[in-house]
Amino acid sequence: MSQAMSQAAKPKHALSGEEIIRCTGVNKWYGEFHVLKNINLSVQKGERIVVCGPSGSGKSTMIRCLNRLEEHQKGTIVIDGIELTNNLKNIELVRREVGMVFQHFNLFPHLTVLENCTLAPIWVRKMPKAEAEERAMSYLKRVRIAEQAKKYPGQLSGGQQQRVAIARSLCMSPKVMLFDEPTSALDPEMVKEVLDVMIGLAEDGMTMLCVTHEMGFAKSVADRVIFMDRGEIVEQDTPDAFFSNPKSDRTRLFLSQILNH
Amino acid sequence: MTDNVQSVGLPDERPPANTVGPIAWLRNNLFNSWYNAILTILVLGLLASAIPPFMNWLLFRAHGFDATSTVCRQDAGGACWGFISEKLRFIMFGMFPWEQQWRPLVTIAVFIALLVASCDRRFWKPWLGLVWAAGLALVAVLMWGGVFGLTYVENTLWGGLPLTIILSVIGLAVAFPVSILLALGRRSNMPAVKVLCVTYIELIRGVPLISLLFMASVMLPLFLPNGVSIDKLLRAQIAFIMFAAAYMAEAIRGGLQAIPKGQYEAADGLGLGYWQKMRKIILPQALAVAIPPLVNTFISFFKDTSLVIIIGLYDLLGTAKAALSDPSWRGFYREAYLFIGVIYWIFCFSMSKYSQKLERDLNRGHRR
Repeated sequence: MSQAMSQAAKPKHALSGEEIIRCTGVNKWYGEFHVLKNINLSVQKGERIVVCGPSGSGKSTMIRCLNRLEEHQKGTIVIDGIELTNNLKNIELVRREVGMVFQHFNLFPHLTVLENCTLAPIWVRKMPKAEAEERAMSYLKRVRIAEQAKKYPGQLSGGQQQRVAIARSLCMSPKVMLFDEPTSALDPEMVKEVLDVMIGLAEDGMTMLCVTHEMGFAKSVADRVIFMDRGEIVEQDTPDAFFSNPKSDRTRLFLSQILNH
Repeated sequence: MTDNVQSVGLPDERPPANTVGPIAWLRNNLFNSWYNAILTILVLGLLASAIPPFMNWLLFRAHGFDATSTVCRQDAGGACWGFISEKLRFIMFGMFPWEQQWRPLVTIAVFIALLVASCDRRFWKPWLGLVWAAGLALVAVLMWGGVFGLTYVENTLWGGLPLTIILSVIGLAVAFPVSILLALGRRSNMPAVKVLCVTYIELIRGVPLISLLFMASVMLPLFLPNGVSIDKLLRAQIAFIMFAAAYMAEAIRGGLQAIPKGQYEAADGLGLGYWQKMRKIILPQALAVAIPPLVNTFISFFKDTSLVIIIGLYDLLGTAKAALSDPSWRGFYREAYLFIGVIYWIFCFSMSKYSQKLERDLNRGHRR
C-alpha cells in the first residue's frame, strides 16, 4: 500500500490561491453538547486536506456541515461564493458542487450501478440520458468498475461499492469532494483499491477534504493535515511538519496512539 | 506434480437412506416428536370425519344447477345448486335492468383487464394513467348510460359484483396517492403539515368504518345546505377513500421508517430536491418494503366494501342476502354464502399471490 502511495507524485504543486471554502467562527451544538467550537478554515482550489483526530472529535460533523447535511448554529460557511443559510436554493446549489463519499457508501440499492451514477446528472443537472450514461461509463472506467455497470450495489464487494460511490459523486462534476472515513467500513484487503482511486483524483487536482485514519495517505497525498480534538481545530500543517514535529501535546498523544502499534 | 495433492478429492456419496425420501419427510415433519405425532393423528382424524360429509353435501348428494327449490326441499341432505343458477344474475348484477345486464358484465371485464394489465411492471408508464382514465370513462358510460343509445340507469339500481369492484378499486386507487401524501406529511419537518396529517390519520383510525359510513349517509346530509344532495354511492365512496387512505398511510409510514438515514443523506448530498429525492430514491424502496402491509389493507378493504349494506347499497354480499329473501328460496344461505365466498376468495387470493410475486421481483436486484 505504501509502495503505491510513495509512487504517487508528491503533490507539492502550486495552488491557485483561489479560495473555495471559507468557514468563519463556525459553532455547532447537539442539544447542550458543543460539537464544533469556533472552526475557522480556508481551503484553496486544488488543495488536498486530510482531517484526523480521535473519534468524537467533530471531524465528520465539520465536513458534513460543508454540504449542510448538518446545520451549524453560529458563524458563516461560504462555498464557492455561496453562503450556506436556511435558503434551500443555496443549499441545493452548494450540494451540486460538493460531492460526498460516505463511510457506508449509501448507494441506492434499487438502482443499478449505472443508474446510481446517472440519476443526479439527469434530474439535477437536466443532462440528456445518453450523455449522462456516457459520462457515467467514463467515470466508472476511471474507478475501474465499468464492467459491473449493469449490476446492483448488493452484488458488489464493499471496495467496489465505495468506488461506485466515488464515481457517482464525480458524475456531478463537483468542485470539491468530501470523504467521510471512506475506508473505515472496508475489509482490509479492499482499502487499497479505494485509496488508489482517491490518489488518482488527488493527482488530477481535485479539491479534497478527507476524514480518514489512513496516515499513509495523509503523508503522501495531503497538502495539509488538520488535527481536531474535542470540537476544535488543534493544529494544521503540512504532512511533513505535522508528523515529524507536532506542536501540541494532544497531537503528539494522538499520533503516538495511532502510529505506535 | 506431487501425488499427495488432493486434486480429485473424495468422491461424492449418497446421503444415508433414512434421511431422504418421503419416509424421512414424514418423520421429520409429522412425527418428529411424540406430541407432534399425537397432533398429526388428531388432525388426520378430524379431517377424516369432516371431509366426507362435506363432500357429500357439496357434490355427491347435491342437486344440480337445474334443480328447483321444491326438489331441493324434499331431499335436504345436499347442496342445491339450482339456487345459484336461478339467482346468478341477480347476485352478480343486483337490480340492474335485466335486459341491460350485459353492461355490468362488460364493466367487470373492463376492470379485470385494467387490473391484469396494471400488474405487469413493463406497463408502469405514465400512459397507464390515461388507459385507466379511458377505462373508467367507459365504465361510467356502461353503468349510467344515457348516451350512445344506452338507456339511463340510476346508480341506486347498481349492485352485485360491479358495485363491489367499483367501490374497492376506485376507493383504493384514489386513496393510494392520498395515503402517500399523508405518510410523507406525517414525517414532514413542517409542524403544521405534520399536525394536520397526524390528526387526520389518528382521527380516522380511531373510528370504526361502519360509523364513518353512517356519518356519510345519515349525518352528512344534515350539514349540507337545503337542496344540495350528494349521491349516496358517492358518499360511501368518499368514506371508503378517507378510511383507506388513513390505513394505507400508516403502512407506507412503516416503509419510510425502514429506509436508512444514509439514503436520505446520499440523495441530499447529490443535490436532489425534496420531491426528486422522495420519488426516485425513498418511495421506490419504502413502497417495496410496505407491500405486505399494503396488500393486507387492500384485501381487507375489498372485503369491507360489504359494509355498504348498512346504508342500503347492494354489493355482492347484499345481493346474495337479497336473493335469499325470495320466499321460494328462503333458507339456502349455505349455497349463497359459499358462492360469494368463492368469488371474494378468488379476488383476495389473486391479490395476495401477485403481491408475493411483486415483492420477489422488486427485491431480486438488491438482495445480497
